[in-house]
Amino acid sequence: MAVDQKDRRKERIDRGIKVRSDGVYAISSWLEISYLVAPRLLFIVGLLAAPILLLPVPYWQKVLSIICIYSLLAISFDFLANYVGLVSLGGGFYIGVGAYVAALLNMKFNIPIFVTIPVATVVGAAICTVVFLPCLPLRGVYFAIVSLMFPLLAARVIEALDIFGGTDGIVGVDGFSSTWIEQYLLIIAVLAAVFFLRRMITEDVGLVFSGVKDNDQAVKASGINITKYKALGIFIASSLGCFGGAVLSHIYMWAGLSQFALDFSIIPIAATVIGGGGTLIGPVIGCLILVPVSELLRDFGTLRIAVYAIVLTLFIVYKSEGIMVYASRKYEQFERWVSI
Amino acid sequence: MEILIYGIINSVTLVLMALGFTLVYGVSRLPNFAHGALYVVAGYLTWIFMNRLGLNYGISILAALIVTCLIGAAMYQFVLIRVRGMPISEIIASYAIGLAILEGLRWGGLKGSTFTLPPFIEGSVEILGVSVDFQRILVVFIGAFMMIGLWVFVSRTRLGLALKGMAQDERAALTLGIDSDKMAVVAMALGSGLAGVAAVTLFPLGNIVVEAGYNVLIMAVAVCIVGGLGSWTGAVLAAFLIGFAQILTVVYLGAHFQVVVALIAIIITLVLRPSGLFGRQKELEERV
Repeated sequence: MAVDQKDRRKERIDRGIKVRSDGVYAISSWLEISYLVAPRLLFIVGLLAAPILLLPVPYWQKVLSIICIYSLLAISFDFLANYVGLVSLGGGFYIGVGAYVAALLNMKFNIPIFVTIPVATVVGAAICTVVFLPCLPLRGVYFAIVSLMFPLLAARVIEALDIFGGTDGIVGVDGFSSTWIEQYLLIIAVLAAVFFLRRMITEDVGLVFSGVKDNDQAVKASGINITKYKALGIFIASSLGCFGGAVLSHIYMWAGLSQFALDFSIIPIAATVIGGGGTLIGPVIGCLILVPVSELLRDFGTLRIAVYAIVLTLFIVYKSEGIMVYASRKYEQFERWVSI
Repeated sequence: MEILIYGIINSVTLVLMALGFTLVYGVSRLPNFAHGALYVVAGYLTWIFMNRLGLNYGISILAALIVTCLIGAAMYQFVLIRVRGMPISEIIASYAIGLAILEGLRWGGLKGSTFTLPPFIEGSVEILGVSVDFQRILVVFIGAFMMIGLWVFVSRTRLGLALKGMAQDERAALTLGIDSDKMAVVAMALGSGLAGVAAVTLFPLGNIVVEAGYNVLIMAVAVCIVGGLGSWTGAVLAAFLIGFAQILTVVYLGAHFQVVVALIAIIITLVLRPSGLFGRQKELEERV
């Protein structure tokens, strides 16, 4: 075998249909249109149909909402890490800020639920952006470590100062009038986030983002303020997280310290690694796999965290490309051995 | 007076916690986020060797330290070596291993009864009107001994000099015949051993709990960032800075704020002087 590998290598070639459907000529045949549309349609229709399919099992409907919230966080992590170049390990901070803003608006000012969620999204994202502003010049490992600290810091400060209900949290937040609204709100948010971000990264602003990621000095040299763009990236990413947090506080009818928990920082990262970073859909797929698995393992207590930590390690070490990158490679290319 | 004595003890505690982390990072540029897990593992193993296998306290400590070293070396040799040079993967992988160890222990080992290690010497003594127990004094001595020992090791022995060479310039060290992967394994084993030393010295002061792992990790990271990642002088200085700041906040503001101090110190340091007090390596181009 070892001798065999020496005089042959694997060659990857794009499938004919992929090449034909690359340009505008894709509309020349139904086959090529369906080649392009089928996977996207599968994703969209699959997500939209999920609540109906899960109708007989209400427990898993609840899990679906949680999956969507984690997906939003994972998408925001993927966007920040792979398109803006800021690895933010503090997803819990976005969730916590969104949850607390929504809960406070709802409890203190009696604002109805369909106002608190959008307001919490925007105000929460603004708060996150302002808090992260001093750390924006940092990059790489240093930004990662600081962002990991923020949710811990926020939880300790709330605990120490005993504000916003202290360790008890804010109890008695309004719930959703029906689970349908809750689920479709989240599903549509996930779909909108995925397709909006996928479109945005190919626009001008997306080009600047990837410039900031790859070579920020060059971007600076072209007279573009990189801190402004990093702040914009944080704003977009944290608005996804804050939206998730706001919805979460209305689902649980409660906002508390556990919404700053490490879970919200780690599961999205694991999902991104497993699903495939840089694809934006990959993280959603990762969440669809990881969150149900962790629900199934709920009986085993903290062992489930150990299990998904091991899975995460295995993926990052042995299969770091992730499911989505692997699948799209298989979908678009074929492989064959050629002798050298 | 109380502030001074407990400040010193707290600072040396922090030094002990951070030494292993800063050694590994200094040599192989590997932020070992499993440091806290190794710390708890060492304490737990000592307890197992003593109470389950009925070994003598000293022998159990020695055995636990050796096993911890081996775990650290194995972690590098079989897992982390594959993600070397990809900082984010390194962080995520080592953090995931640490998480798996800690949560696995919470599930399978450290539950039910309380787990305690006996102090090395019972009793307490009055120093300048403040009562301090012997274990805390020993912490200071062991901490000082480790600091000096490590300094002698890296500046006097062949292996230590090789590690130092790796830390300063990996490429140049390679051309001089120092095997960088082998050195990284040695550094990882040593770092894990240092985490173990910290564990067996500090656990007699309290119970062996899983949360200690997370706290130790946070404190080690805080000390190393404030001091400058990979700088040993910086780490010691930062430990004293944070150690005294913590004791002062506990006395004047309340115990809740103790962890906040470390986090605020990190944030201030990173914003004002991203390379830390003494970090000189690749100062600007890498961090900012």
